[in-house]
Amino acid sequence: MREFDYRRAADVPGAVALLGAGPEARYLGGGTNLVDLMKSGVERPALLVDVRELPLDRIEETDGGGLRIGATVTNSDLAAHPEVRRRYPALAQAVLAGASGQLRNMATLGGNLLQRTRCAYFTDVTKPCNKRAPGSGCPAVAGEHRNHAILGASAHCVAVHPSDMGVALAAFDAVVHYETADGPGALPLAEFYLPVGDTPHRETALPPGALITGVTLPPAPVAAASRYRKVRERASYAFAIGSLAAALDVRDGAVHDVRLAFGAVASRPWRARTAERALLGGPATAEAFAAAADAELAAAEPLPGNGYKVTLIRNLVVAVLTELAEECRRNEEATR
Amino acid sequence: MTTTTTGTVPVTGAVGTAHTRVEGRDKVTGAARYAAEVPLAGLAHGWLVVSTIARGRIRALDPAPVRAMPGVLAVLHHGNAQPLESDYVGPMGPADPALQLFQHDRVPYAGWPVALVVAETSEQAREAAEALVVEYDEEPHDVAFAAGRPEAYVPAGNPRSPAEQGKGDLAAGLAASAVVVDEEYTTPEEHHHPMEPHTATAYWENGRLEVIDANQGSAYVAQELARLFALDPSAVRVRSEHVGGGFGSKGARAPQVAAAMAATVLHRPVRVVLTRRQMFSLTGYRSPTIQRVRLGADPDGRLRALDHEGLNQTSTVHEFVERSADVARAMYDAEAHHTVSRVLRLDVPTPTWMRAPGEAPGSFALECALDELAERCGLDPIAVRARNEPEVGPLSGLPYSSRRLLTCFEEGARRFGWADRDPRPGVRREGRWLLGTGTAAASFPTLAGPSTAAVTAEADGGYTVRITAADIGTGARTALALVAADALEVAPDRIRVRIGDSDFGQAMLAGGSAGTRSWAWAVTLAARALREQLALGGTIPPQGITVRSDTAEALAALPPRERHAFGAQFAEVAVDVATGEVRVRRMLGIFAAGRIVNPLTARSQLVGGMIWGLSMALHEEAVRDERWGGHVGADLAGYHVAANADVPLVEADWVDDPDEQDPVGIKGIGEVGIVGAAAAVANAVWHATGVRHRHLPIRPDRVLTAGAGDRG
Amino acid sequence: MPPSTAGAITLTINGEKHTLPVDNRTTLLDALRERLGLTGTKKGCDQGQCGACTVLLDGRRVVSCLQLAVAAEGREVTTIEGVADGDRLHPVQQAFLDLDGFQCGYCTPGQICSAIAAIEEHAAGWPSAVTTDVRPEAGVPPLTAEEIRERMSGNLCRCGAYVSIVQAVARAAGERPAGPVELPGAAAVAQAEGVA
Repeated sequence: MREFDYRRAADVPGAVALLGAGPEARYLGGGTNLVDLMKSGVERPALLVDVRELPLDRIEETDGGGLRIGATVTNSDLAAHPEVRRRYPALAQAVLAGASGQLRNMATLGGNLLQRTRCAYFTDVTKPCNKRAPGSGCPAVAGEHRNHAILGASAHCVAVHPSDMGVALAAFDAVVHYETADGPGALPLAEFYLPVGDTPHRETALPPGALITGVTLPPAPVAAASRYRKVRERASYAFAIGSLAAALDVRDGAVHDVRLAFGAVASRPWRARTAERALLGGPATAEAFAAAADAELAAAEPLPGNGYKVTLIRNLVVAVLTELAEECRRNEEATR
Repeated sequence: MTTTTTGTVPVTGAVGTAHTRVEGRDKVTGAARYAAEVPLAGLAHGWLVVSTIARGRIRALDPAPVRAMPGVLAVLHHGNAQPLESDYVGPMGPADPALQLFQHDRVPYAGWPVALVVAETSEQAREAAEALVVEYDEEPHDVAFAAGRPEAYVPAGNPRSPAEQGKGDLAAGLAASAVVVDEEYTTPEEHHHPMEPHTATAYWENGRLEVIDANQGSAYVAQELARLFALDPSAVRVRSEHVGGGFGSKGARAPQVAAAMAATVLHRPVRVVLTRRQMFSLTGYRSPTIQRVRLGADPDGRLRALDHEGLNQTSTVHEFVERSADVARAMYDAEAHHTVSRVLRLDVPTPTWMRAPGEAPGSFALECALDELAERCGLDPIAVRARNEPEVGPLSGLPYSSRRLLTCFEEGARRFGWADRDPRPGVRREGRWLLGTGTAAASFPTLAGPSTAAVTAEADGGYTVRITAADIGTGARTALALVAADALEVAPDRIRVRIGDSDFGQAMLAGGSAGTRSWAWAVTLAARALREQLALGGTIPPQGITVRSDTAEALAALPPRERHAFGAQFAEVAVDVATGEVRVRRMLGIFAAGRIVNPLTARSQLVGGMIWGLSMALHEEAVRDERWGGHVGADLAGYHVAANADVPLVEADWVDDPDEQDPVGIKGIGEVGIVGAAAAVANAVWHATGVRHRHLPIRPDRVLTAGAGDRG
Repeated sequence: MPPSTAGAITLTINGEKHTLPVDNRTTLLDALRERLGLTGTKKGCDQGQCGACTVLLDGRRVVSCLQLAVAAEGREVTTIEGVADGDRLHPVQQAFLDLDGFQCGYCTPGQICSAIAAIEEHAAGWPSAVTTDVRPEAGVPPLTAEEIRERMSGNLCRCGAYVSIVQAVARAAGERPAGPVELPGAAAVAQAEGVA
């Protein structure tokens, strides 16, 4: 790890100003990803601007039943918050499915959105990687890619975004708020992550030097009946090989509202809008769920070693939506 | 010294009763100092630089820019390192080329040490090591481990245990068999990954090289260092008080050699700690295996022919053979019996002993094949094993010292509820989970190595045991206190056990499940002699009365036997074929493994072995990228070992099985717990799903791709 | 301000204030082990992938290998050396000792610090990844073996002491009767965990 300057920011404008003043500067949140990457040489900042103690650690209710979550809220506090658990249970579940108790106590919302891929070629500086060293090539395409992307990737990069939290945020139409020297801005999560294309090193649409200040979750009654399911190669403390955030509202046997997002299949949390459109207004049956999953996954371009993810995601969609539909049916019966 | 080895000692009751670890309080309070934690004035930090290519030569290595970095004290490399001896046969056999640090410009595999950077702080050493530019002339490398490669050869082995052994006519036996199983099983490259990284601190004091180390046998490491550095054996002292796990990987390795070289150059203490990533190439590993098992049997399951052929890899510089086929020689007889372990030289690091070397992967193949045989014969898996229980060693013809395998199966079946098992696969469902149970047999050789011990009657009424034992988590310290207490016929709290210091003399290392047996033997001999001497009366002088023992003669006099520990493994699994997830729901192991010295720690060790088997079955796999020859994902997020959530209630228990020819009755329990455990899990996965998984680990993608088949 | 790659920090460690110079690169883990001689906190992977370096930071468990020391300025650190009450072991320590919740002992300080915090997190009503219903109305799930396993999964134990670790945490949490814990038979396990 090379030597670096360290500054603790007192307020948001101060943080933005500090970062702008130094070349090769990075914001430091919980550090669970950045410090690791600095140790492996992937990140070599000259200046760290510590934003962890900025007053961005609140979770507030917004008008109409949404939430605003500050950027320095830790994963633990987010998952433990009663309103998160009540209004967006899949978000709490997603956060709890990630990392470990220790890491969740350190990691922050802002950092989670910006965490880098766990692709083993990206984290090994002795190997080529277009994301780390643009133009050097992508060894994963013809190499070890069991846990790489099946959707939205390119020949330049097939890495997946490792976040669990982000999958639930994508399902619930989160909007990311940020601050720059020129003032505040906002990006819907759907536009936050850039397409891979031939620039996999450009990961987000944030302006240079922008500091994420928080996320708003618009009101979503359907989210109250939501679930996150994560499949991984051990039962805990491992990144997903496929995950699903799902919310479903079934009325009289028909899909009234539905949200679906996939994890560990693309360079970003993958909102399955094609599947959602296929389901809306239709029957809440296993066949319909499978057909909707197939419609979304028709765009999948698996590599030789990760075709199982297509089956996995399809099966997850059917299994989780079937469970949620059954709960909707029971709730409908109970309220009649 | 008496060489009486038969009969049991008068029991005062310490051996066989549960005792918490004597160093336990130090370990739960953080007071126990491990090797990298002993404070030393003037300590400098060494950081290894390892090769990024898999084969070739170092073309250029310019230390000057790094030498100028803040805090940097030295850069050792092939251009300036002191020469080391390489032409010797050391305590572990011919000199290991991996210990020849910085002696030449050749790179035989990825992750080979090319330099050591020493600095005042670890941060400075790390940055400087990362900054060191090494240029290579790269040569084509070959790391492709595959069946059918013509370069694979049968290694020489040793006269008492050749790598290839057989009897009878295999082809005829198979041809005459009504039922034949002929399958290939594979296990991947697996790594020990003790939680404590390998580390050593070296310094010179009063003309002696002092090494504070994390190892499994300080006497062995001291002898190796003496040979390497051409020192008188008495001029090297290696201490290793607490060791954070070893599992076969903590012998003489790069850290001891590098630290000693740097301490010699700098005239101050130098500590070298490996990173987790470096451990992948510098501390050994279990070779991947490709095994073909052919079983030919009569319809009643009786074997006519048994063929077990294993292939493993080694480096181009040193031969290590994972003897995966050996397990069949102890387990099952057949008129035609053939076992061979072949080896393929590749541009990879040399593998080494890893918990139950040979038996762990070998039992996976053999015990899965037995399960397949049972299925094809329509027999219960335990019945097939009972039908093939040999009277004497299948190849040696020697009697077993004891073989209570069937007793283990009977007891295990009773406790596991095996009798109620529906043999049909794929028919039990609970929600999204398919359920199944499986079983497998376990065995591991009972070994012992010559050891010396000293037992002192102190003037204050206490006793001190000194032996170069290692406690790598086995509870050796505690076990030896109990053994000494019984031999001296005093309470265990009067015994102080000092271990992990090469100055205490030659003793077996903590390996081969033979540590406690070897050391307890030596301690018993010395303690008994001391008790006899004390019985004569008289006062104890201030320096105490010390009696020494050496077991070499007693071990040499042991009559030839088939000596093994045995066990029966049971597992229940749940499989979601829609997601590929496999969860182990419970495991039970019943072992016949000699006299159990400390039931509390013994249970922990056996259970730990079984959890290794679970981890091997479902998780562990190191992946190489053939293009570069090194690992992909060389960390604990890329190399999964079982986490807490993967592990259900795992129970281990034992049947009475004292070894009649051991003074304490010990056989050894360090390794038998893993043997057969992965097979039991794999057999349970078949029972749950109807699909045989013959390639480890049984990952979600493999289960998902295989689905819920209908073939057996 | 000119760039500065080192500085002095003040930490409260186990109730005692320490001021020490640190390189900005120094992790809290290395500060404890190499600067302060508090070697009870272990370095297993140095990458947040094993949990051996777990300490309590302002009362919450964290991995100290990914915590820069300079960023911990002014905060309270509790290490394994600070969890006992004088000579009286913390109930978690005592349970690990009595039930043999370790073998080599290297992951143990991290396990114990983690367990202390995990018990408190559960008492505070935090759900976990295996909590069936995370909605606040569902209440706090009982600290079953399954809950303990999940909550303790951030601490790898290569010796495989997990079974005793779970029993030790359960005992310390008061969810099981104190005293020697017999390993229950398979039937009892099945009943306790709702399997079979």
